[in-house]
Amino acid sequence: MTVRDLVLTEIRTIAAEQEKALPPLDDDLLLLESGLDSLCFAILVTRLDDATGRDPFAAAKASEFPRTIGELIAFYELVDV
Amino acid sequence: MSEPATLAGLIARAGGAGRTLSTRDHRLELSEFASGSPFGAERARFAGRSVVLSVSDMARAAAALIDLDGLARRILLCPPGWEADKIARAAALAEADALAYDEALAPPLALDVALPVSIPLTPGGETGAPILETEWVLPTSGTSGPPKLAVHTLATLAGAIAPAPLQEWATFYDIRRYGGLQIFLRALSGQGSLRLAGADEPIESFLARLGGSGLTHISGTPTHWRKALLSAATARIAPQYVRLSGEIADDAVLAGLAAAFPNARIEHAYASTEAGVVFAVGDGRAGFPAAWLKQSGAIEMKLVDGGLFVKTPRRALRLLGAAAPALADEAGFVDTGDMIEMREQRCYFVGRRGGVINVGGAKVHPEEVEAVLNSLAPVRASRVFAKASPITGALVAAEVVLKAPAGEARALERELIAAARKILPPHMTPARIAFVDDLPMTDAGKLRRHG
Repeated sequence: MTVRDLVLTEIRTIAAEQEKALPPLDDDLLLLESGLDSLCFAILVTRLDDATGRDPFAAAKASEFPRTIGELIAFYELVDV
Repeated sequence: MSEPATLAGLIARAGGAGRTLSTRDHRLELSEFASGSPFGAERARFAGRSVVLSVSDMARAAAALIDLDGLARRILLCPPGWEADKIARAAALAEADALAYDEALAPPLALDVALPVSIPLTPGGETGAPILETEWVLPTSGTSGPPKLAVHTLATLAGAIAPAPLQEWATFYDIRRYGGLQIFLRALSGQGSLRLAGADEPIESFLARLGGSGLTHISGTPTHWRKALLSAATARIAPQYVRLSGEIADDAVLAGLAAAFPNARIEHAYASTEAGVVFAVGDGRAGFPAAWLKQSGAIEMKLVDGGLFVKTPRRALRLLGAAAPALADEAGFVDTGDMIEMREQRCYFVGRRGGVINVGGAKVHPEEVEAVLNSLAPVRASRVFAKASPITGALVAAEVVLKAPAGEARALERELIAAARKILPPHMTPARIAFVDDLPMTDAGKLRRHG
C-alpha cells in the first residue's frame, strides 16, 4: 500500500467510526474543511504512527504542520513506510 | 475491664471439628493452635513487640497472625511481593522491633528479635504476658504513590462479620490484603475450613484443586473472576455463594458468573482498607441503589463533587506516621477516592478520582470504558489506558482479552471500535484496541494499570 492509500484509507475509516461526512478528498482540500475534528486527527496521527512507526508531528514545528490533504500525505511520504 | 478478644479465642469459641486452613503446600488443623505455635517455645519473645510479618506462603502468614494476635503490640502485614526497601520503610513507620519471616524471604532488617515462621507447629506454652489489643497494620492497596499504613484491630476488622451457619470458604485473595483478610476472619469465626492459593499458583490450578473440596463460599476480585471464567476449571466447583470486591463489578462479569454458577447467590461488596466494609449488593446488577445515599444509621454515604465519602463503624483507627493525613473528616467521613455517576436512581462506580485520562480537555474514566468493552459479546476482559497524542494530549487506547480466539485482528478491532462507538461518545471510544492473551494483575488481585 502506498503512503497515499494508507492515509486516505485511515481518514475514511475514522470518518466512518466517528460518523463524519467527508467531502471528496482532493489534494488541495483544507484539513479544516475536511469535516474531521481534532479528535479525528489525533486518532489518525496515532494510527499512522502505528502503521509507519514514525510520528512526523512530534518532530515538526507547528509552523510546518500540513494544512491540506496533499500536504498531509507529503508529510508522511517523507517517512519510510 | 475484660480482656480483649483474640483471634485464637475467636477460633476456640467457634468450635467445629476437623477444621483446616490449607494452601497448595501446607495444611493446618485449627485445633492445633490451642497448644501449638509456629514459633514454638520462643513465642514469648514477641510479647509486647511491634512485629514485621514477611512470609511468602499464606499458611505461614495465617499461623503467625493467629499466634501473634493478643501477644504482640502490633503486626505489620507485608503483602507478598514487597521489595526489601518498601518493607524497611514500612517497618520504620510501624516502629518495628521484631521480625517474623520464612527462610525463603528474610528481609534485611536488623531488629531485636527475628524468628522464622515454622510449619508444622510445635508446643508454644504460656508466656505469662498480658493479653493485648494488637494493632494490625495494613498497607492500602492504592495503585500509585507510597503505601499508606492503616491501623486496625481485630474488633474493627471482624466488625462486619455476623455469626453464620456452616460456610466452607475459599478465596483468590491474599489474606494480607483487606479483602482476603475479611474472608480469613469469616472462615475462622465460622464452623468451616478455609482454602487458600499457593504462592504464585495460577487461578486454573487453584480451581482444579478446589474441585471436590466441598467449598460453599468463594471470593475474589472481578479481575480474578474474569480470569477464572476464561478457564474451564470453573465447572469443577459449585459454590452457593460467590463474592466480588476490590474493583468495580460490571454487568458483564456479574452475568458471566450467574451463567457459570446458576445456583449461587452472587454479591459484589464495597470495602476499603481505610473505611472497612461498606455494603454488599446482591441484585445481580452493577452499582447500588441511589436510595442508599440517603440512609442514616451505622453506615452513611454522601457524594461530594461526584466522589463517594463513607462513614462506617469499621473504619481503620488511623494512618501510621506523623506526616500521614487524617483518615476521616471532622464528621467522620472517609474520602474513598471513588467517583460515582447517577443513572436512573442507581449509583455506578466510574473510576478513581486520580485515574482520569484527559482527551483534549474531556475527562475519561478508564473503568467506565472497560465496562462498555466488557459488555461486548467477544470480550472477556479489558484494560483501558492513555496513549499520548501530540494533538489532544492523550487518547483512549485499550487491550482486550477475547472469550475465544478470533480471526483477523484488524477487522475485529474495527468491529469492536464501531460497537463501542454506538454506546460511547467519540472521545471515550478507544482509538486503538490491541488483543492480548492475558492482562497483568497486581499482588492485590486488581488489574495493573499503566503508569
